[in-house]
Amino acid sequence: MFSIGLGHYLTLAAIIFTIGVVGIFLNRKNVIVILMSIELILLSVNINLVSFSIFINDLSGQVFTLFILTVAAAEAAIGLAIIVIYYRNSGTIKVEEIDSLKG
Amino acid sequence: MIAHAVVFYIFSFIAIVSAIMVTASRNTVHSVFFLILDFISISCLFIMIGAEFLGMIMLIVYVGAVAVLFLFVVMMLNVAQQKNEWFVASGSSSHIPVGLLVSLVIFSELLIVIGGWKYKTELQDSININLNLNLTNTQSLGNVIYTDYVHLFQLSGMVLLVAMIGAIVLTFRKRTGVKTQSYLRQISRERDEGVELIDVETKKGVKIDV
Repeated sequence: MFSIGLGHYLTLAAIIFTIGVVGIFLNRKNVIVILMSIELILLSVNINLVSFSIFINDLSGQVFTLFILTVAAAEAAIGLAIIVIYYRNSGTIKVEEIDSLKG
Repeated sequence: MIAHAVVFYIFSFIAIVSAIMVTASRNTVHSVFFLILDFISISCLFIMIGAEFLGMIMLIVYVGAVAVLFLFVVMMLNVAQQKNEWFVASGSSSHIPVGLLVSLVIFSELLIVIGGWKYKTELQDSININLNLNLTNTQSLGNVIYTDYVHLFQLSGMVLLVAMIGAIVLTFRKRTGVKTQSYLRQISRERDEGVELIDVETKKGVKIDV
């Protein structure tokens, strides 16, 4: 209990990952919150990579965390740009009202 | 050891609670604030575990750039008033139990994988890049990034460039009816179209025809 090992970090990452997935599934109102849930999921993946990198004593996990960070920033910028133009065109970003594809 | 564990539990508790509040908060601005808190506590965990450079980069990139970007978009779109009602789906409420079930299954699968996870015995031998304890974390990352991973590094720069261009192209719009300076017309104007010399006939007066 009092010696923090790899399992603790992996459990924390699993909990945050699941919270992100729940946020995507159950959010019915706002697309921005869905983007934030995706950020949470990427964050939990980063926790996994960094903790494995430390506990296996291999640096490449941290390098890949750096690249995931880059991709997450690019994804946030593009997603927010898409949300901005969608709001400009249709006047709403509520999840329930974005149904023009009838999916 | 105990203090280390206590600090770990405090930070992870803050991280989990703020992650829950990101998805459950009614106000979108509060969600962004809790996202910032989540990033800060996770970067504290990174610094605790020994990845100082990544912790600091998380602070700079996420708290300094991404969260401010989210806040800016929330401010610009004026969605703070649209209350974020959780668990109160109107009409299509069949998503909620299915979503909860699926996420419960995902969580239990992850826990099963973590619980049954063991080091392979030969895993310690197949190491690419050893952590050198004499170097700092930043120095050893820098030794690796610019040598072994230089192509991926350049490629991530290209990803950022494409994202920047894409965001600009997506949100750029030409407004009609706005008086702006047209540089091309201004530069390409010549003397002949700008100035006209007229011989005014004298002593004839002015006759105004309507």
